[in-house]
Amino acid sequence: MNNAEIWIAVAIIALTTALLRFLPFVIFGRGRKTPRMISKLSRSLPLAIMGMLVVYCLRGVSFTSPAGFLPALIACAVVAVLHLWRRNTLVSIVAGTVCYMLLVQLVF
Amino acid sequence: MKASLKRAFVDTLPVMTGYIVLGFGFGIILKSGGHSMLLALCMSLFIYAGSMQYAALGLMTGGASMISVFLTTLAVNARHIFYGISMLDKYRGVGKRKPYLIFSLTDETYSLVCRDSLGVPEEKRGDYYLLVSVINHLWWITGTLLGAGVGALVSFNTEGIDFALTALFLTVFIEGFITAKSKLPALIGVGASVLFLLILGQDNFLIPAMLLIAVLLCVIPEAGDDSDKSRCDSESTDGKTDTAFVDKATEDADEGQVTDGE
Repeated sequence: MNNAEIWIAVAIIALTTALLRFLPFVIFGRGRKTPRMISKLSRSLPLAIMGMLVVYCLRGVSFTSPAGFLPALIACAVVAVLHLWRRNTLVSIVAGTVCYMLLVQLVF
Repeated sequence: MKASLKRAFVDTLPVMTGYIVLGFGFGIILKSGGHSMLLALCMSLFIYAGSMQYAALGLMTGGASMISVFLTTLAVNARHIFYGISMLDKYRGVGKRKPYLIFSLTDETYSLVCRDSLGVPEEKRGDYYLLVSVINHLWWITGTLLGAGVGALVSFNTEGIDFALTALFLTVFIEGFITAKSKLPALIGVGASVLFLLILGQDNFLIPAMLLIAVLLCVIPEAGDDSDKSRCDSESTDGKTDTAFVDKATEDADEGQVTDGE
């Protein structure tokens, strides 16, 4: 792409992304009340989507060799156990991330 | 506002770790492609969608057509529709902050604002949402500019530090799982994602998984919502559907565990 095309592409990406983010509010947010079905969906979505995002983050995990999945598996276990025990988000995340970094850099 | 600021700042620290690192990486790749700091700034300011910005760099060097730029953006960012749907009610009554709150609703900002237990009083919620959104946006821009500016000078081994975002989503997921009245949405979210990941592979699973999640969440009865259940609770057909979905979700979750152990 030449310079002009790059800026046009950036504009297209920015507008399309904004369109996707605004779409639900434009369609369902107009009236005083959210339609009942959508409202119901909106309450159960966060938990389902967080589950989906966790899977999305781990999508590159491969089971062909221990190095492909053990670091992620161990680090996730550290996060889960720590979080169930202390319920402190920052502690869970820092410990899990340091653990993962040590595993991928030094062990596997 | 001051109390909210402290609270919001602390809550964004996990996002900071991920955003500085991922933004830094983005800045480095952008600069090594011969692009300007101004482009780095504008992309992180106006697009503000991490994975799409990485994809954009590939499209630029690959000389993609504008149509494929548009279609790629739709595919990569379709999940944002879901964030909007689940924030419809929470973002009511936030006043003039609303357009910016919607514009800046990334995966990570969503993971912070979607929580039911924020520890913030009802009347401060609007401020809290705005502060979290702005601070996250600033982390992302800071990371991008640092990467584009001094990225070439850094030799610290950051491999694996992006796990911070995985860990963030995992803690929000666990927190939600513990407090949720019904665990079904969690099982549906993980189950549907793992199912399509196994069938379609990592590049194509997200949109089908989203559709299945939306359909299943619409048909299952909601926990604690009497208005939905009361009328047809005694009917046998409804009871059957109910059990069928529990079974399906449990199956999916089992599948996930089996894969984990392999």
